[in-house]
Amino acid sequence: MTDWPILSVVTFLPLVGALFILVVRGDDEVSARNARWVALWTTLVTFVVSLLLLPGFDPAASGFQFVEKKAWLGELAAYHMGVDGISLPFVLLTTFLMPFCILASWESVHKRVKEYMIAFLVLETLMIGTFCALDLVLFYFFFEGGLIPMFLIIGIWGGQRRIYAAFKFFLYTLAGSVLMMLAIMAMYWQSGTTDVPTLLTHGFPSGMQTWLWLAFFASFAVKMPMWPVHTWLPDAHVEAPTAGSVILAGVLLKMGGYGFLRYSLPMFPEASHYFAPLVFTLSVVAIIYTSLVALVQEDIKKLIAYSSIAHMGFVTMGIFAMNEQGLQGAMFLMISHGFVSGALFLCVGVIYDRLHTREIAAYGGLVHRMPLYATVLMIFTMANVGLPGTSGFIGEFLTMLAAFERNTWIAFFAATGVILSAGYALWLYLRVVFGPLEKEKLKTMLDLSPREQAIMVPLVVITILFGVWPAPILNMTSHAVNAVVARTDQVAGAVKTALLLSF
Amino acid sequence: MTQLLPPIGAILPELVLAISAIVLILIGAVRGEGSANLVTGLAIAVLAAVGVLVLLQPAGEVTAFHGSLVVDAYGRFMKLLAVLGAVVSLIMAVDWQAREKQAKFEYAVLILIATLGMCMLISAGDLIALYLGLELMSLPLYVVAAINRDSVRSTEAGLKYFVLGSLSSGMLLYGASLIYGFTGSVNFLEIAAVAKEPTLGLIFGLVFLIAGMCFKVSAVPFHMWTPDVYEGAPTPVTAFFASAPKAAAMAIFVRVVIEAFPHVTHQWQQIVAFVSLASMVLGAFAAIGQRNIKRLLAYSSIGHMGFALVGLAAGTAEGVRGVLLYMAIYVVMTLGTFACVLTMRRKGQAVETIEDLAGLARRSPLMALMLGALMFSLAGIPPLAGFLAKYYVFVAAIQAGLYGLAVVGVLASVVGAFYYLRVVKIIYFDEPVDAFDPMPTELKAVLAVSGLFTIFYFVYPAPLIEAAGAAARSLF
Repeated sequence: MTDWPILSVVTFLPLVGALFILVVRGDDEVSARNARWVALWTTLVTFVVSLLLLPGFDPAASGFQFVEKKAWLGELAAYHMGVDGISLPFVLLTTFLMPFCILASWESVHKRVKEYMIAFLVLETLMIGTFCALDLVLFYFFFEGGLIPMFLIIGIWGGQRRIYAAFKFFLYTLAGSVLMMLAIMAMYWQSGTTDVPTLLTHGFPSGMQTWLWLAFFASFAVKMPMWPVHTWLPDAHVEAPTAGSVILAGVLLKMGGYGFLRYSLPMFPEASHYFAPLVFTLSVVAIIYTSLVALVQEDIKKLIAYSSIAHMGFVTMGIFAMNEQGLQGAMFLMISHGFVSGALFLCVGVIYDRLHTREIAAYGGLVHRMPLYATVLMIFTMANVGLPGTSGFIGEFLTMLAAFERNTWIAFFAATGVILSAGYALWLYLRVVFGPLEKEKLKTMLDLSPREQAIMVPLVVITILFGVWPAPILNMTSHAVNAVVARTDQVAGAVKTALLLSF
Repeated sequence: MTQLLPPIGAILPELVLAISAIVLILIGAVRGEGSANLVTGLAIAVLAAVGVLVLLQPAGEVTAFHGSLVVDAYGRFMKLLAVLGAVVSLIMAVDWQAREKQAKFEYAVLILIATLGMCMLISAGDLIALYLGLELMSLPLYVVAAINRDSVRSTEAGLKYFVLGSLSSGMLLYGASLIYGFTGSVNFLEIAAVAKEPTLGLIFGLVFLIAGMCFKVSAVPFHMWTPDVYEGAPTPVTAFFASAPKAAAMAIFVRVVIEAFPHVTHQWQQIVAFVSLASMVLGAFAAIGQRNIKRLLAYSSIGHMGFALVGLAAGTAEGVRGVLLYMAIYVVMTLGTFACVLTMRRKGQAVETIEDLAGLARRSPLMALMLGALMFSLAGIPPLAGFLAKYYVFVAAIQAGLYGLAVVGVLASVVGAFYYLRVVKIIYFDEPVDAFDPMPTELKAVLAVSGLFTIFYFVYPAPLIEAAGAAARSLF
């Protein structure tokens, strides 16, 4: 293992870039250019450094790796960082997506570029920290702190109704999270620590687990977002600038799923079993309802936003199936959805930058002018639908398999959702890309610029690569996921034994 | 304990304050109106020296005047806070008074006397000393609220504060006399020794005593004076009101219920929990409608007192630690915020609505960054200092099993976040309006220190938390 604090470096490197942008002076033009380049290089370097985690990471080892521990809040909390097979993919996803966000904002963000880049870099630090934190208080710090830059990103650089969307995003998420904060405190007094590895094996009393689970659920369900607390997401997505949507869909939503996997399942296994039917119901409702809602959307971004909610329904369904396929599938789907939905938002950004509208009706026949764009969009649309051969398929398939093992009806309804998702996604593609090129404004649209191609190519490659060769991700997560499954099974077994003994 | 003369070291800060106040009055009286700057400068120096003296006091507990004054770690912590609030708000007043042509040497002297009252109040070991300290603190406050005597708003604020303050003092005195009547003592420790059972008379007295102190910390339902006085009083005076006296009043509130009534904890806990709950909820909802930034901060301070009282409601050493930490962070945040409010003037004219901050981020990015951070911190969002303050009081409440209070409290903080966010929205999202006049250096310094503290406190939080913990333990 390495002897330098690599996780802290990855986490706080973006902050260094942000500080650098903050202190560099100059007139608007110069400082904007500097800010863009510094941000791009910072995110690239962060990505490279985060890749250094891979050689040292042993997927077969149990427990956490690259662990760092320092005194911080006295007896209440420590600065404890570390990754395992569940968190490492998210760290890499975050560092991978960030350079694209910076590139996507290269030309579309004109005003207050400096502040924009600072906000993104600060957000990156907070996101990586969320996935690396091994102390509940530290986790909460990063988890909640992310609200501040995202609030500013939506509110300053967003669209027409940006203020409404920013407030809704902030207050919804905050309201969910404060209850989790109280649960963290209660856990501290019950177990005497907020250290995650210790708590993972700590058995909370069943009655308490119910309440703790609900408190955590309040936070993660809003973040995820699950039906019926999803309404902030379409607003936030539509109003956020392209890069903001990418990060929102790509990383911030995954914090909910990560939270369920990391905290809810292993720490409150009894409550998780108890509430699994509730989660299944909500997931299935989310899958079908939001898919139907997506069908009637007239705004491209809103449509993708609803499709994100539907996909997150698959994720929660997979997680609470609590078997290996389910958890593996949920992990894979989250990672895949991270870059597929991110790529879709980037695709929307491409045409939005040209026409400044997100109305589906304003487009049509793009294939005649933009063949490259049409190809790229098709690949991501297919990945979003879950076509075999793209990364979207593996995750959806595994989660449905897992649900089938638990309950046939759930799998049945979820499968309906797949059909619906093919419906709205293909219909969207049809209306935007095919058809006659009639509208005057579209006739002068240019195909992908080199910068945009540079953004799209890696995303296309990775979408197809993981579609045909999912092993790297599945291998990375399998050990950690199995540990979670073993933990929940053990409790399920114990509950059954206790029931049998009581007769 | 039985010596006639108290150990001089124990009361040195108070002595220095008292003597310098008298000397400064003489200087002012002899040199006339033009001496305002000199007197203010000297007063700042004296307050700074008093702060150092408090810091240098040896560790451990010393009592003087047969237990009337107690100098312990707890007292030293809160005195430092009160002195900090006094000295910073006095520094912030200098430029303001010059611009408003309100330079009066009496102001600095009154602040010194009020600070003397606060120090005595914080150290009070019996009910008589408590009352004396409270009145010594309050009388100069009534006067400084009305110091701009030609302004109707200022005099109205002073009068309102005086009338309601007197009423609350009366209630407090009534409560104190009842407690004396039923326990036969005014000393906190002796009361504690006698009051083992919650008799009706004792509870009656306790209620009145707490009502009087709730008035001073502006907790609901004794908060009505706060918005009017905050709005009417000259802004530097409001900054002072929001910081130092709040710390002092909170200090004695905690001390009296913890030291004098440890056996009737359950009884005062109910009162404190209710007051705390009502303050948090009212502070959150009432501030939503406010347009005047001073009124907004008044409701904000009501809410914050509610949050601080959550720690007291827990009634444990952890809870008191939470209160101390909360007050320390609150005082720093408040002073920084008022440095911004004091900067809000256009063409020599002070402006007070939150819309006047519109687009501040475009005009003065650094000030906007600091004020934005302070707003997020006041809302209690991590990683800013205000979050840790809230964390420590709620963690104590959860330990004490006050789940209902904690849940309502955090939900109130979400509601409260709305109006802080609105200020951020106005600063960052709205189109800019005309620029403010340039910010005086001392305000810049105050804002910078306060803002940086708020942003970076999480990096190394241990020393303040340990100091608060040690101070809290000295009460138990």
